Amino acid sequence: MRAFQILIDGFAISALYALGATGFTLIFGVSGVLNLSHGAIMVAAAVAAWAAASILGVGTYAGALIGVAVALLTAFATYFAVVKPIQDSRRIPNEEKEIFVLTGTLLWGIMIQELIAYFFTNNAKTVLPIVEGVVEILGVRTPKNEIFTAIVCCLVIALLWLLVNRTRTGKAVLAASMNPRGVTLLGLELTNIYIVVWAIYGILAGIAGVLLGMFLGVSSYSVGPLTASAFSIVVLGGLGSVSGSLIAAFVVGYLETLTAYLVSPAYRTIPALLLLVFVMYIRPQGLLGRR
Amino acid sequence: MSTFFTSRLFFVSLALVIIAATLPLYVSGYVLGLLTVAFYFGVFAMAWDLLFGFAGEVNFGPTFLIGVGAYTAGILNNQFGWSVYLCILLGALASVIAGLVLALPALRVRGPYFGLTTLVAVLMLQNFIVVFADLTGGEIGLTIPDVITINAGANYWIALGFMTISAAILYGLSQSPIGLVLQASGQDPVQAGALGFNIVKHKLAAFVVSAFFSGLSGALLVFYFGTASVGTVVDVAVGVNVIVSAVLGGRRTVLGAALGAIFLIVAGEFLRPTGELATFIVSAVALLVVLFFPGGFLGAALSREARS
Repeated sequence: MRAFQILIDGFAISALYALGATGFTLIFGVSGVLNLSHGAIMVAAAVAAWAAASILGVGTYAGALIGVAVALLTAFATYFAVVKPIQDSRRIPNEEKEIFVLTGTLLWGIMIQELIAYFFTNNAKTVLPIVEGVVEILGVRTPKNEIFTAIVCCLVIALLWLLVNRTRTGKAVLAASMNPRGVTLLGLELTNIYIVVWAIYGILAGIAGVLLGMFLGVSSYSVGPLTASAFSIVVLGGLGSVSGSLIAAFVVGYLETLTAYLVSPAYRTIPALLLLVFVMYIRPQGLLGRR
Repeated sequence: MSTFFTSRLFFVSLALVIIAATLPLYVSGYVLGLLTVAFYFGVFAMAWDLLFGFAGEVNFGPTFLIGVGAYTAGILNNQFGWSVYLCILLGALASVIAGLVLALPALRVRGPYFGLTTLVAVLMLQNFIVVFADLTGGEIGLTIPDVITINAGANYWIALGFMTISAAILYGLSQSPIGLVLQASGQDPVQAGALGFNIVKHKLAAFVVSAFFSGLSGALLVFYFGTASVGTVVDVAVGVNVIVSAVLGGRRTVLGAALGAIFLIVAGEFLRPTGELATFIVSAVALLVVLFFPGGFLGAALSREARS
């Protein structure tokens, strides 16, 4: 009974983590950018969906769409206002661009977080779920919304896999992550590929944010923990490796659910952190990472 | 080094310290209290800059070193009632040991991985403080029975003196041959190693020095506050402030980091009337500096002097 509950709850959480971390790792893999405003973009999407549905009253579907659109716009703003100027800057030496992108996106994330807190307060917001009610699975009362979340996450990840492996644009993205110079020599504009990747990232983070808002609720305080959890999942899986992040998301998701159910919800993040430290010591490149 | 004592930077710093030392004669205790905290933060930022600007290692967890120093000093005072100075010294030592424990494995990895290891260290420390709440005071914070002094002016002078001495030592170190080797190993470890320098030893030394000053400053800060809490000395947000200070003031300048920290804390206080928007404005200004003046305050000033 409890085992099934852990199995089901853990799956939904893990699928959500996986979706959130996939976009993050894709951007790192293709352009070497660690986007520390990730949590802020997810929260922005959830809050936009909540505001559209609860204040403007546009309905849950339109609200969710608006949330994803806001995430997409914020992702583009992050790229054009923060990341691209730093990458193009001649005053910043190349070996220091990494720390500037980290500092820049971090500050940008704090700005988004503060704006959300200013206009929509710090209170936790729960987005109205698209499907309501509960259903019994293997004797466990499960909200339909939880099943919906898991299904959408898996579908979106499957679509992403098709996009990357089966379309021309996707193959260009994949090629750019392997050898950026080679791609430019083939006559493809690297900036265009980056724009595509940031668009994919924005949509993924938006969907993950809206689903998170429906499933657990968000507040402007969730920004830091969300970025941190995406960061640790991605490092655990191996920076830039999408399949590594998927595995890591499930490991972290189940580890947290197990701890929360069997030990205490207060300690839920500790085993995952210990595992992360352990993996960093014996295999610093992560589970499936390349050196 | 000898040219430093005749350079404009030296005279400007000297004048600033002298002016700052006379402040308790004519400003209110409120301003002094604000600057006291800012000076301790300045030491955090300078210690971080030695590691980042010179050794080229991005330490995302400055608050791990700060927190270990602060909490060790606080717990020893709280549990055993040892004298304040002994506790501060032991806090700094604990921070050095924590720095070594963190650095030995962490220096094996590079770039983002090093950053993450240090970030995880902070999250672990934060969790342990909450789990061992009996000893550490948990989320409420640790009460510290003793303080160095309750006189605002004396506290201010202690902080100013401490920052000035730390700045002199850290700046001196950064300009010494050791600083040059560190800079070389940060920029091209392979070539620096090929020249016969032991990079790991130099980086480890930088880590120890950085940990010592972070821990010392953290311990002094808790004895000034009379309390130690996760929100003031351990939280990732505190670490972010330290990093932003150093980048804002000008990385690889050491002294700029202190300027950045003072600016950040004073600006945050001036913007208090704007309420919740204060953090937004400070972050926006910091972002603009990062984008348009990547050298920071002191970097921009120094390059102008060099050009003229």
